[in-house]
Amino acid sequence: MNGVHDMGGMHGFGPIDPEPDEPVFHTQWEARVYGLASAFGAVGDWTLDADRHATETIAPHIYLNASYYEKWFLSMHTLLLAGGYVSEEELASGKMATPARPVEGVLRPAGVEDYVHDASLSSRPAGSDPAYAVGQQVRARNTNPPGHTRLPRYARGRIGTVEGIHGCHIFPDSNAHGRGEQPQWLYSVRFTAQELWGAGQPRRTDIYIDLWEPYLGQVDTDD
Amino acid sequence: MNGAQDLGGMQGFGPVAPEPDEPVFHTEWERRVFALTVAMGFTGQWNIDISRHARETLDPAQYLSSSYYQIWLAGLQKLLLRNELVSRDELASGKVTDPAVELKSILAAPEVARMLGRGGPSQREVSSEPAFAIGATVRAKNMNPPGHTRLPRYARGRVGIIDRNHGAHVLPDANAHGQGEQPQWLYSVRFAAEELWGAPDPDGDAVFIDMWESYLDPA
Amino acid sequence: MAETDHHHDHGEGSELPDIALRVKSLESLLIEKGYVDPEALDLLIETYEHKVGPRNGAAVVARAWTDPGFKKHLMEDAGAAIASLGFVGRQGEHMVALENTPETHNMVVCTLCSCYPWPVLGLPPVWYKSAPYRSRAVGDPRGVLEEFGTQIPEGSAVRVWDSTAEIRYLVIPMRPEGTDGWSAEQLAELVTRNSMIGTGVALTPEQLEASQQA
Repeated sequence: MNGVHDMGGMHGFGPIDPEPDEPVFHTQWEARVYGLASAFGAVGDWTLDADRHATETIAPHIYLNASYYEKWFLSMHTLLLAGGYVSEEELASGKMATPARPVEGVLRPAGVEDYVHDASLSSRPAGSDPAYAVGQQVRARNTNPPGHTRLPRYARGRIGTVEGIHGCHIFPDSNAHGRGEQPQWLYSVRFTAQELWGAGQPRRTDIYIDLWEPYLGQVDTDD
Repeated sequence: MNGAQDLGGMQGFGPVAPEPDEPVFHTEWERRVFALTVAMGFTGQWNIDISRHARETLDPAQYLSSSYYQIWLAGLQKLLLRNELVSRDELASGKVTDPAVELKSILAAPEVARMLGRGGPSQREVSSEPAFAIGATVRAKNMNPPGHTRLPRYARGRVGIIDRNHGAHVLPDANAHGQGEQPQWLYSVRFAAEELWGAPDPDGDAVFIDMWESYLDPA
Repeated sequence: MAETDHHHDHGEGSELPDIALRVKSLESLLIEKGYVDPEALDLLIETYEHKVGPRNGAAVVARAWTDPGFKKHLMEDAGAAIASLGFVGRQGEHMVALENTPETHNMVVCTLCSCYPWPVLGLPPVWYKSAPYRSRAVGDPRGVLEEFGTQIPEGSAVRVWDSTAEIRYLVIPMRPEGTDGWSAEQLAELVTRNSMIGTGVALTPEQLEASQQA
């Protein structure tokens, strides 16, 4: 979706403002949101892609006004409700009113270390050969799907060069919507700043974007 | 600039919600903001392109959280401060503490009807010939200027057809930044929905966008 | 043109009223429902507050500076090389190391959310997650570097890596001059978080000394 989360190339947000000696968490509630979202990750039935989509569907003005952990908090609400883990009334009151949805694998203190160190690979065995080779020119498609995608707007329609192939990976556009993993070849594609932003860009400035095969087309087939 | 004002093609804003029996103004302060903005525009301290740019440079979070007249008000305050017509303290208190700046045009009540009737035409004479004929195929430039532009992001890099020539008009990209009017030929360009959004569109829907000549390349 | 208004919060600011109370209420609900164990939450928080952070990445970089065999392994298979130092886990499943050289400067962003290599850098700082960085890192990377006060070698190419997939990038900054004979432990002190994101470069020995005195 073309949401406010798709920020690459936007103007008007002002300077970057690094905080000296920034703590990992600024407040207790930030730490608890982090802990809750992580612990629920062990039992929740949603995917990382669905989680990202829940965040990007926060109303645009709230998205831009909310801090990082506020957005986590809001997307967690969406996912807890969608999964039937809690009801609206329970969220409002903070009190259990209906039986819990049965869950497996509740994260216990003894399991935390393994959980943190567990790898959750997104790569999958390939069912086909990659359509594009390293060194080949490709054009990112001009698509504007209403659902989740990881093809940023600023790259659409632009021509780049395949610089690497990362293997086959879960396809977020389907996985975020419960349509399965549908793994696709994932490429590292290099775009020059001039190609992305137009004339007057500095030379020797390139943007590398990880793009799945369905995002790409042959250069001669305009889009 | 690629700011929050450039909303074409954005998703996630929810349904359009028409208000039954909507009044022209919802509140007294909306009325006043409208009138103040128009009256101050009459003083000639800034032009319409500068006004638009003042609004679109609001912080995107503020822009998207504000109503239409809240955005007007924020833009007006910004222009009043920048032109030193009022001070920050005066804006905060609502009380005059500094001498007023002498303005040559102040809108008086008897002039209102004539001023509104006259409007602010942007058409100008130019000596050049139009570069594109009706029916010509053009590609909107992929440009991302940090300043004011009226070329929306969703059209950049896309191919369209010149549908009509509106004559030469003041170029907002220059006029918003005190670089003069630099009038250019203005075209209505027809873009197929499929070209803009990528999805097949058997209905052949189209979007017509008004574009200045320097936004376009031959295709 | 640079007249944009902006406001800043450093994460502690909140746009949602009563956020602390709402979080507490959510936690007690999820505990009552039996979905989460509060002590597991404590441990998760403790892990990222005190154990997993940019010191891990600094150890990787310092090892690469001192051990050519490790460096080769890191560039060929960053995931395995980093795992060999014990740094594994969430948001670091598919690691790629990017080496800065006099000819090439690398910088990492996630324009679409805030993807970040947790096992080596910990949780991301607010500025990395902020709209100003996410919007400008790809559109004006050299301006961003300048804003950070980061000088890159003249004529250097800039490569920005937008983390749109589950691939996570770690920048290997250039080893500062005047560090011959330093141990990996000493060298790690020079490796800042920002130098591994690419918005900074490694500290010089003089800068390190000044920061320690301060």
